[in-house]
Amino acid sequence: MNISLGITKTIHDWLFSVMPEGLASITEMVLIAAVYLGVFAVFGLYLVLLERKVAAWFQLRMGPNRVGFKGLLQTLADALKLVSKELTGTEKADKFLYNLAPYFVIISALMALAVFPFTQEFQAFDINIGIFFLIAISSIGVIGILLGGWSSNNKFALIGAMRSGVQTISYELSVGLSLLTMVLITGSLQLSEIVEVQKNGWLIVQGHIPAVIAFMIFMIAGTAETNRAPFDMVEAESELGAGFHTEYSGMKFAYFFLAEFINMFIISAIATTMFFGGWLSPFGITESLPWLGVFWFLGKTLVIVILMMWFRWTFPRLRIDQLLTLEWKYLLPINLVNIVVMAFIVWQNLIIQL
Amino acid sequence: MSYFSNIYNGIKSLLTGMSVTGKVFLNARKGTITQQYPENRETLKMFDRFRGEVVMPHDEDNEHRCTGCQKCEIACPNGSIEIIWDRVVNPETGKKKKEIDQHIYHLGLCTMCSLCIEACPTDAIVWAQNYENSVYDRSFLTKVLNQPGSKLMDGVED
Repeated sequence: MNISLGITKTIHDWLFSVMPEGLASITEMVLIAAVYLGVFAVFGLYLVLLERKVAAWFQLRMGPNRVGFKGLLQTLADALKLVSKELTGTEKADKFLYNLAPYFVIISALMALAVFPFTQEFQAFDINIGIFFLIAISSIGVIGILLGGWSSNNKFALIGAMRSGVQTISYELSVGLSLLTMVLITGSLQLSEIVEVQKNGWLIVQGHIPAVIAFMIFMIAGTAETNRAPFDMVEAESELGAGFHTEYSGMKFAYFFLAEFINMFIISAIATTMFFGGWLSPFGITESLPWLGVFWFLGKTLVIVILMMWFRWTFPRLRIDQLLTLEWKYLLPINLVNIVVMAFIVWQNLIIQL
Repeated sequence: MSYFSNIYNGIKSLLTGMSVTGKVFLNARKGTITQQYPENRETLKMFDRFRGEVVMPHDEDNEHRCTGCQKCEIACPNGSIEIIWDRVVNPETGKKKKEIDQHIYHLGLCTMCSLCIEACPTDAIVWAQNYENSVYDRSFLTKVLNQPGSKLMDGVED
């Protein structure tokens, strides 16, 4: 029954049998990159559709339902429109940085996808500092936002980019510290090993109270990391037009748009791996079918994505001082106390093992 | 100590808000208020308070309730109502009485402010709920509200 796992192994063996070793590994890397690009570009597009549908349901509307069956092709039509649009820009923009910015954002988003274990042994890049890599990569995207805002030669874009800088630097801390709380239980930064540890119960169960607090902090900080409402002061349609991507159009705008949704997927995927057992099925009901792990992983991730959309359509946008108060006066101290509590629990072996 | 009560109240109010939107989300199928207009134009009914255009209802004997008092014409801020009236001798009593000839309504000038309908002492004009009011020539927007040959209903003036 090793359907998906078999395919990757077969391709791997076949490549190494027809080519010299160096060329084969390069071909393999290119293949994996192409597959990830293709799959996640389409996946990101459908997250846009999901967002629009969920928004419609929250507001008692219907959402897109004209293009294709129940509107399923709407998002492809939008992508096609964006691809065919003219690339415009402001006259005195810093052309080099202006063109570079979208690639920073999209590449940092796609790089983070490499380390996720979709199911047992179905992982592109299993490094032993996986979670550290994720935290480091997820903050590179803000450089792209800062560059885009700075080089656009537009006041609103600059204000949006500066807000993004403030916000990401602040909330980086909470994301890192809340994940550190969970690393105390797992004792490893390697994502595949973190999932292995959870075979005795998901980490949110094993770590009980401090784990729930860490999860709440992670969700708040993660929403802020992805610049989504209620922390979307970077874009803030009513105040800044569209913030840092005001001056972008066509495909470059599409990169920013896609990166936002892939980042949302990444935050949800981190939460799934760190708190809800990654690709493990609940109570091990499908343990004999490891390829079903993809289903469980994506299912749990989508539930958390919908939770983030629920935040977006419930809470009003924060002011910049409220945002910083929330981080520095509340989340950070709670997080530090939470780490000490978790360390005590691990030391006294009070974790719940199923 | 207000620090901890702030945290408690904050989380509580966030969860209250999420429960409200969550209930809406779960009932989204039943509660959808979107009208898919061109498809459902046969069944689409506008709500009672909708202001489509001013009409003068007539009963089955072709009788209306307008006495020709011109209060609506005076009340209208843009002059979209014009009343052409005459004094007619009543054959039974022999008295001269005011009677409308044409109640002219310019839909193109009307801002749907409803002042004429509030001013009318006999409820002769009301709002209609029709909403497809676009025409190819603006002369079609000038309408005569009383039907030809209609007359005043008995007992309205008492």
